[in-house]
This record gives sequence, C-alpha cells and structure tokens, in this order.
Amino acid sequence: MSENKIDNNCLSFCQPSEVDLQKRDFLVKATAATGAVGVAAVAVPFVGSMLPSERAKAAGAPVEIDISKLKPGEKMTAEWRGQPVWIVRRTPEMLAKLSKHDDQLSDPKLEVPQQPEYCKNPARAIKPEFAIMLGTCTHLGCSPNDNFAITADWDGGFVCPCHGSKFDLAGRVMKGSPAPTNLVVPPHQYLTETTILVGDDKKAGA
Amino acid sequence: MADTRKIETTGLLGWIDSRFPLTSTIKGHLTEYYAPKNFNFWYFFGSLALLVLVLQIVTGIFLTMNYKPDAELAFASVEYIMRDVFGGNIIRYMHSTGASMFFVVVYLHMFRGLIYGSYRTPRELIWLFGVGIFLVLMGEAFFGYLLPWGQMSYWGAQVIVNLFSTVPFIGPDLSEWLRGDYLVSDATLNRFFAFHVIALPLVLLGLVAVHIVALHEVGSNNPDGVEIKKHKDKETGIPLDGIPFHPYYSVKDMVGVVAFLMVFFAIVFFMPEMGGYFLEANNFIPADPLKTPPHIAPVWYFTPYYSILRAVPPIGISQFPGVVAMGLSVVAFAFLPWLDKSPVKSIRYRGKLYKRWLTAFVISFVILGYLGTVPGDVWGQFGPWMGRADRATVLARICAVVYFAFFALMPWYTKKDQTKPVPERVTYK
Repeated sequence: MSENKIDNNCLSFCQPSEVDLQKRDFLVKATAATGAVGVAAVAVPFVGSMLPSERAKAAGAPVEIDISKLKPGEKMTAEWRGQPVWIVRRTPEMLAKLSKHDDQLSDPKLEVPQQPEYCKNPARAIKPEFAIMLGTCTHLGCSPNDNFAITADWDGGFVCPCHGSKFDLAGRVMKGSPAPTNLVVPPHQYLTETTILVGDDKKAGA
Repeated sequence: MADTRKIETTGLLGWIDSRFPLTSTIKGHLTEYYAPKNFNFWYFFGSLALLVLVLQIVTGIFLTMNYKPDAELAFASVEYIMRDVFGGNIIRYMHSTGASMFFVVVYLHMFRGLIYGSYRTPRELIWLFGVGIFLVLMGEAFFGYLLPWGQMSYWGAQVIVNLFSTVPFIGPDLSEWLRGDYLVSDATLNRFFAFHVIALPLVLLGLVAVHIVALHEVGSNNPDGVEIKKHKDKETGIPLDGIPFHPYYSVKDMVGVVAFLMVFFAIVFFMPEMGGYFLEANNFIPADPLKTPPHIAPVWYFTPYYSILRAVPPIGISQFPGVVAMGLSVVAFAFLPWLDKSPVKSIRYRGKLYKRWLTAFVISFVILGYLGTVPGDVWGQFGPWMGRADRATVLARICAVVYFAFFALMPWYTKKDQTKPVPERVTYK
C-alpha cells in the first residue's frame, strides 16, 4: 500500500539524470564545513569555562608582606596565588656559604630564567639578606622542608619530602636532584624597608 | 502487516517483543549465548568487574546525597558521612574499598587476557575497548581521590596535574586550564567532581556496553585458546564445546560473587584502610596548600606507572620523558594484539621463552608497584662506584626496562618460541 506511494515519490524526485552530483558534493562539504565551524564556536565557551575565572584571577593579585618581625636565620611563609612564598632572612654566615658549593649545583650561574633579571646575582635577591622565593619544588610542585642546620657536608637549605630534591639557601638546586631547575624567585619589590610586594615589580608611579 | 519478523511469544511478552527485542536480547546474550565449557576461575573476574561497577555506581549515588564539592566543605562533609549519616561509614568504605577492588579484579581480568591470548584475532576490538575501560577507570580513580580533600588528595592531584605542565610549549597553560586556577583549588575540586560523578561514568558505561557487545559478537576465548565456533553441531549450529551462559555460567559466577563479597566485606568491616594501601593516613588530614606531607605516594594501583615516571631521568631540565614513559607504560597494553606473533594463543601451548618473559614482566610490575609506594631513598645509596645512586631508583630503572622489553621484544620472542601442538577441541577435565 504505502510502498507504492514511496516509489512514486521517488520516480518524480530521484531520476538519476536529474541529480547534479557536483552540486550535491558541494552542498555536503559546505554543510559539513558550516557544522564544523559551529562545533568550534560552541566549544569556545565550554573550553574557556575551564580557564581560571575572573575571581580566581583577582585572587592572584599581588600581595604585600610585612617582613619587619623576621629575625636573622629565620624563614616566614606568605601566600601568593595560593603558593607558599618564602622569605628567609639569611645570616652573614649563611650568605658566606652560598658561594662555597657552586660545584654541587645544577645551575650555579642562574642560566635558566627562574628569577627576574634584577635577582640574577649570587644571592638571587634584591637585598642579599632577604631571600624571596616560591616554596614549590620545581620537580612536581611539593613544598620542600627547611634544613638550615649547617654541617660538614651541608651548607643549609631545603629538602623536598616528595622525591628528595635538595636546594641551597638561595633556592638553587643541587646536582642529582629530580628537580630540574632552581626554585622560582617571584617578581617582587620593596615598598618600604620592611614591606615587600610580591607579584608586581613595576615601581609605583613608574 | 508488512512486518517480516516472526514473534513466537504471546501475551504481554509478545506485545513487548513486537515493539522491543526483549526475548531475542535475552537469548542472544544469556540463554543462547554459548560460552566455552572449560572456563576456569580466571573467568570470574569479568563478571566481578561488572559487579564492582554496579557497587561503585550505587554507593556513589548515595555518597553524593551528602557530599559537598566545595573546598571549604568537602573534607567536613566526608567526615559527616562517616560519623553522622546512618550507614554512611559503610557506604563510604564500600566505595573506597570498591575503588581498590575494582583494580584488583581488573588487573586479574587483564592478566587472564594476557595468559590465554584473549586479545588475539578476532578479539582485538574487545581488548581495545578494555584498554579504554582501564584508562577511564584510572581517570575515575584519580578524580575521585581528590574529592575527600585530604592532604594526599590535594598533593596527589597537584603532582599529577603538574605532569601536564611538563608538556613542551603548552604545558603550563594546559595545567592551568585543567586546574582552573593557579593551584589546585575549589575550582579544581568542583570540576573533578563533575568528571567523577557524571562525565567518566557515562563514558565507562558506554565502553563496558561495547566491550560486551563485541565479546558476544565473536564469542569468548577460553583457557585452551581454541575457537569453539569451528566445531558446531550440524543440526542446531550450536558449538559442540559451548554451553549457554545462563544458567551454567550465571550460576557459576554467583559462586565467584559470594567468594568475592566475603573478601570485600571483610575489608570494608575490618580493615578499610588496608594498612594505608587503600586509604592513606595523610588523607585524614584536611588539605593544606602550604604544607606538603613528608611522603607523597599514589594509591597502590597507580604505583607501577608512578615508579616508571620517577625512574626516568630528566633530559636537560625537562621532566617530559618520564611523563611520556609513564603514559606509554599504560598505553602499551593496547598494542598487544599486534605485538604477539605466536601461532598459539594460550599459555598452555606456549614455550619456555614466553613464560620466562611473562614471569619477568609480572615480577617487574610488582616490584615497580612496591617501589612506587616508598621514597626513592628507601634502601639508601650505592657507594661512589655507582655515583651514589639510590638503590631503589636503580632497581626501578632495571624493572622499567624489563617492563618495556616485554612489549617491545614480544614480536621477536613469540615468533622464536617453541610452541606445543594445539588441540582441535577444548580440553576439559
């Protein structure tokens, strides 16, 4: 019953001689291309929604840290972008030791840019007394522990609990550590003698 | 009616069958699906995996009723489930034990495939779907592990997400995109929750469905690695060595289910933490982004691959080689159907060479698994003659080489192996 009707329809519409294959081919490709553009466009909000949100970005703003209460030989930890920022007030003895173990370091000359240009000096700091660095291991992001006690074969530094990476008191990585690079010195500046701003190194008014 | 199908059922079932292939599906997959009659205990683990999947879905649904995917609330909500929700501790421990037991049965299921050559022609697609299931399962386990928001959840996720930042060029942006923040945070927890409870389970169910459909299309392998479809009854067309899945194997599988559940609930009731292997002690401390636990190790089912990650030394300053090696160690299974050149499928008819390689592989896998749970300096260092290398790291490197050699050299040793003659029909005692 209905089958006849379908055949009739087909007879009137699908005469092979009437099919313009070139046109059909063009239409198929054009439809596919338009569809692909549509898929790509709709993917933008979905993929983009997984990026850090405006709130997360705002929380990543620079932070002010008061270092007036830090005593020599001590470390304090602040937070910037959810990462620990270490401020170590190094004693003259600690500073003296920094130049003594270059042969044990992977990158004593600071060739890998893990610090701003203004910290590319032996102490990796603006003021040698204060070391400022991110306390996240450059291996897989754990937070190394303090090991400041100076012994015969250890000049003081940090040891990562996860995979044993060792760093000196300027955050420079020791040879043989799984961590490939020195600890990161974040961009920072001194607002006053005892206040630093981490996350922004453009001088106010500059 | 132009209906060409022949419906033999009547009444309500007949009404349904004219509209939905109910009887034919039951027949095709259960009562008239003919499985080889010589299955041994290794064949329990497929159905057990399905059982654990159901357990995980059911317990997971009930956990979501009280869990809060919020960095401020997550840890406390899990403790709330444990202490204040009636039966909450049982449900939560069933889910956490289920995660580990899922890997136990899946590893045994994969090993079964390995020894009886279940990945060989014509079952390559079943195997590939299976590898897909394995990958998704690893994703499920990883995303799920962040949800309790304990120290190990947090730092485990931190380590794994940072693996992506080692990808050349796009790495840091990629890991930032995965986290949705500059560090593992509330945004990360929220999206991991979405992946864990909806995205991956949907993919998993789809893969399980096609895994079984593909299996029932070609038929099950068996411990002899012979095709039962080669010898069919001339009149009925039923394989001579086949028996209907239901009732024969459905009943047999129930024995496996009972034995499995005895073990499962013994763990749930008496040792849900399994000495730190199923639930790590550090995970009972709330996540603290500023303080890394003294020793970070993944849960046991990830440790073989984690060991490989640690064993591969960086090239220059790039950790990427280790990450690639780890990825490859998981994906390597997918290539088995094309690496195995042996004329026989089952280990029963393989020669000594293959058996030795398989043994070496299993031993390496277990050692790597153990080493992944302990710090790299657990056995101290070698003397200066070995450059003071960590003993454990050196062993992990050796095992990693054996691990990859098992796959890479397979075309060579399976071809060279002295195989035994394969019987025409299955052997059955």
